[in-house]
Amino acid sequence: MDQHAPAPTRTEAALAGTPPDRLPGALARAWDSDFLWSFRHSPVAIVSSLVAVAMILAAVLAPWISPQNPFDPAQLDLMDGLTPPMTPNEISQRIFILGTDPQGRDMYSAILYGSRVSLLVGFASVIFSMAIGITLGLAAGYLGGRTEALIMRIADIQLSFPAILVALLVFGIFRGVVPPAQQEQATLWVLIVAIGLSNWAQYARTVRATTMVEKSKVYVDAARLIGLKSFVIMVKHVLPNVTGPVLVIATINLALAIIEEATLSFLGVGMPPTQPSLGTLIRIGQQFLFSGELWILASPALALILLALSINLLGDWLRDVLNPRLR
Amino acid sequence: MSPPASAAPYVTVRDLRRVFDVSKPWLNRMLEGGEKQFLTAVDDISFEIARGETFALVGESGSGKSTVARMVVGLLPPTAGEVTITGISMSSAAASAERQRMRRRIQMIFQDPYASLNPRWRVDRIVAEPIRAFDLIKEERAIVARVGELLTLVGLHPDDGKKYPHEFSGGQRQRIAIARALASNAEFIVCDEPTSALDVSVQAQILNLMRDLQDRLGLTYLFISHNLAVVRHMATRIGVMYLGRIVEISGGHELFAAPKHPYTRMLLDAVPDLGMTGKQRVPVQGEIPNPIDPPSGCTFNPRCPYANDRCRRETPPLNEGVACHAVHERRIDIPRAA
Repeated sequence: MDQHAPAPTRTEAALAGTPPDRLPGALARAWDSDFLWSFRHSPVAIVSSLVAVAMILAAVLAPWISPQNPFDPAQLDLMDGLTPPMTPNEISQRIFILGTDPQGRDMYSAILYGSRVSLLVGFASVIFSMAIGITLGLAAGYLGGRTEALIMRIADIQLSFPAILVALLVFGIFRGVVPPAQQEQATLWVLIVAIGLSNWAQYARTVRATTMVEKSKVYVDAARLIGLKSFVIMVKHVLPNVTGPVLVIATINLALAIIEEATLSFLGVGMPPTQPSLGTLIRIGQQFLFSGELWILASPALALILLALSINLLGDWLRDVLNPRLR
Repeated sequence: MSPPASAAPYVTVRDLRRVFDVSKPWLNRMLEGGEKQFLTAVDDISFEIARGETFALVGESGSGKSTVARMVVGLLPPTAGEVTITGISMSSAAASAERQRMRRRIQMIFQDPYASLNPRWRVDRIVAEPIRAFDLIKEERAIVARVGELLTLVGLHPDDGKKYPHEFSGGQRQRIAIARALASNAEFIVCDEPTSALDVSVQAQILNLMRDLQDRLGLTYLFISHNLAVVRHMATRIGVMYLGRIVEISGGHELFAAPKHPYTRMLLDAVPDLGMTGKQRVPVQGEIPNPIDPPSGCTFNPRCPYANDRCRRETPPLNEGVACHAVHERRIDIPRAA
């Protein structure tokens, strides 16, 4: 082939690619859509989505696929303690793929259960901050004037604090207000609220900007012409058109929220050791850093990196696809 | 089937005026100095539209045509003046209940068919929106039937309702916009440059559709355009706008046969015409001035070959359908309609 031949265009490549003849109309069109086309042609997106989906599935199915329940003391054997990965235990001859901690807890099972907590906190806090951010952003962008000034100044102040500081603040208040007996159960929810509250401003800013663009389009005028109320126009017309950028932020923020949760747990203000998340496991593991039992730290840390990285790469890809100007 | 033009006008626009504040933000004014700046987009415009007629406003871009259109439908409140439609004021608070009822009779077709349809909505939902908003039809199956009927009326297939706007061409989208405008049984449709974003071949189709619908449904149009050929095809009466004012207003044939105002003549001279083959055309002279700082007197005076001192001092009133001192003083001869 000529060295200077242009790269195959979208249509050429689509024609050359597997033509899904057997697929029914709607599916065939989806297969050929811009979105899936660029997915099929991005190895990074394919690999990272596979990793992310596998990890999410593993977390969801943890009670059925993990070799043991790492938090049921009856299933733990102290004799298995501190077994290195892939090495038979000297006494019981059992093999643990990722080794065990001093209590004989299988690290692989602990990671599956831990990523369950991490992902739950991640998803829930993203949904929480999305709900706040979209509502305030839409209101600011559509109503304008003082409402907008007020909301955006609060967002500016919020953004001038590091997210982790806001989360620590919420946590501090929680520790002061809730009696210690109930703290352990409520921690999960407080984490979600704390991380959610520290991230809403990005959504609000993006949604406001997109809303202002959409508001000036004439389909909004057409809706005003038939006398629809501002609220109805915002929800029915503008909202569906701002979801693209929000989706991108949500994906990238999911990775950030998981890391933020891990950070809080690592600092000891997050999930308690009785319901550990990946961050808690890392905190426990770092006590063994200098005594040679590296796997106790390394395996949850690698799991966290893999999870955050794959979601992040997916988010990057999504941003490129949904913003054609970057291509 | 078009009803005879009744004595009382359908739409009356009286002394309509719109001023925009185009000042820099407060902080910049404080730091850099400088006054508040105002732009008079529409300046004391009055006209009437009879039921069943097509009144066209023509002018260069920046002459305030679209601002008039937006004020007539009530998307933009006027700074001064009043729009009344069948005797109901579109701006006074007193008539708000009647205006709400009036609203479904007034619709608009926009310039850009790519922005006027919500890209996330299917066409049937877009067309049905006015029906649902005004609660015209209760039963869901009847709404579906009505949407199919409307799509057929504008030359589309009822099954097209299941598609999204991006699956249609510009002309087809404009047909969808017309179907939406008709969905609430509108009587009066304001068309803001409805064909200027379309290919020439498609323009004629849309214009013919609009005329056809006017004949069948007895619609009244306010037609905004910068294209004289389009206006000639559509309008029964024409107002020529220049820098926010109407400089000439007359019947469709009359304006083309016997233009009075020097600006109208200049525009018509510039239109390519088969009869002029081989002859030298007079190009349009100069540009529209900055509306923030308009010329004194008649705003057309810097471009007018007949301007004298009076033109630079006094704003000419609209008299006998033309706002020009030179015409009023008979300094230039008025051509007779052939």
